[in-house]
Amino acid sequence: MLRVQDLEVTYGDFQVLWGVSLEVHPGEVVCLLGPNGAGKSTIINAVSGLVRPLAGRVEFCGERIDGLPTHEIVTRGVSHVLERRRVFPYLTVEKNLLLGSYQDRARPRREESLAWVFSLFPILRERRHQLAQSLSGGEQQMLAIGRGLMSRPKFLMIDEPFLGLSPLVVTEILKIITQINAAGVSVLFIEQNVQLALGISHRGYVLESGRMVVSGSAKEVLESDVVRKVYLGI
Amino acid sequence: MLTIPPPDVLVQGILSGILMGFVYALIAAGLSLIFGLMEIVNFAHGEFLMLAMYTTFWAYALFGLDPLVSVPLSAGVLFLVGWLTYRGIIRRILGGPMLAQIFATFGLAIFLRAGAQFLWTPDFRQVTRAWVQGPVRMLGVSVGLPQAVASVACLVAFGALYWFITRTETGVALEATAQDRQAAELMGINTERMFALGWGIGAACVGIAGAFLANFFYVFPHVGSLFALIAYVTVALGGFGSIPGSLVAGVIIGVIEVLGGLLIAPAFKYVAVFVLYLVVVLLRPQGLFGKF
Repeated sequence: MLRVQDLEVTYGDFQVLWGVSLEVHPGEVVCLLGPNGAGKSTIINAVSGLVRPLAGRVEFCGERIDGLPTHEIVTRGVSHVLERRRVFPYLTVEKNLLLGSYQDRARPRREESLAWVFSLFPILRERRHQLAQSLSGGEQQMLAIGRGLMSRPKFLMIDEPFLGLSPLVVTEILKIITQINAAGVSVLFIEQNVQLALGISHRGYVLESGRMVVSGSAKEVLESDVVRKVYLGI
Repeated sequence: MLTIPPPDVLVQGILSGILMGFVYALIAAGLSLIFGLMEIVNFAHGEFLMLAMYTTFWAYALFGLDPLVSVPLSAGVLFLVGWLTYRGIIRRILGGPMLAQIFATFGLAIFLRAGAQFLWTPDFRQVTRAWVQGPVRMLGVSVGLPQAVASVACLVAFGALYWFITRTETGVALEATAQDRQAAELMGINTERMFALGWGIGAACVGIAGAFLANFFYVFPHVGSLFALIAYVTVALGGFGSIPGSLVAGVIIGVIEVLGGLLIAPAFKYVAVFVLYLVVVLLRPQGLFGKF
């Protein structure tokens, strides 16, 4: 589904990614782990075209997408939920969601998609006429994910879905990610809590200072030396 | 020092202030739309208005088109001017330093003003035989018919703009782009096109206002600067980026301008407006409806 090969990204003079490769297969949940500043967000920003890579290639469903503008990449079935939710604060919940199906491919299925998102996140139906800025952090995260699903993507990327949320909301969103995946959507998400993330993932990657240091099945990653020493302290 | 005018003069003044306020509101709405979209102040906004007035004047002088007929023409020409300004200039300076962003539109303003003076001379021009002229009675007092027509038309255009932004798919996409460009792009919105569209619509607002102003105002190369100054005050009072704010602020400023003229002396009418501006900047810098 997604194949990232030898990706190199620089911000000005500063290189943040050094030949990073990553794959997501159809039907998978994959997590991308690593400390702050490792370059995790940069990878998915490069996939959705928000960041232009210096070298390397990004393929989606067998077609090369690096170099395309973001609005064209997303119409191919990629959805990207940005870090810190980034809902449109001064628009209502409903308008936020409808914007998720702005693209031509998604518009005919708008009503159906809205019903699906409301079934995943019933709270959004209750809050549909409120401004997005009036929602709690957890509700905003649900809105951001729901908005990302309104385009009926084949592949969903979520940047730190659990950041700053209460344990109760974290559990709920974990459950929803599994449900979304069961509905046939491949998922790639970023997280710092190794055990939490690997608990719902088929495979995982660990990024450190712009280089991929571990990759494999959830079990392999959890049992790798790097993860045991650095992240779990065992 | 304060002279209290008789009640009927006061009523007439306030009414014509409100009428002019609707025109100010539409001009300010265009400015506010562009600012809200990309946080760039269009310092050439007054010159856009000047172009609209010349478009209307030349359509009248060369082809005998009444200003009322050339409203769509003026709106269309200005839409194109706004669109091209974005594509040709603004797009290239978006990532640049702030000073470059300020001076780009400031430079454009000087270029347009000087260009108009070069091409069309500094003469004051006038539409002499317009369809609508003379006074009309409203609420027991008499106001100029061209002013009344301009006012109602600008209010209608303002309503249409507000409807477009809040009720149509493209309008909501424009609003989303203003609130978060990256997130909008991830919705599949071509934000580059939204920026160009925003400049087009913002300029078309003065295209409409300018066509009606040409009905009762002299047309000359510097005509834009006065209206632009008032538009900046209006936007500051209403709140940068707030379209409803510019309507309320436009009317307030229209009335204050007239009252300043009536209560103090005609020569001081703008003093009242700019004193109001200073008070707003000091006490409520985000304006009445501002989000920033």
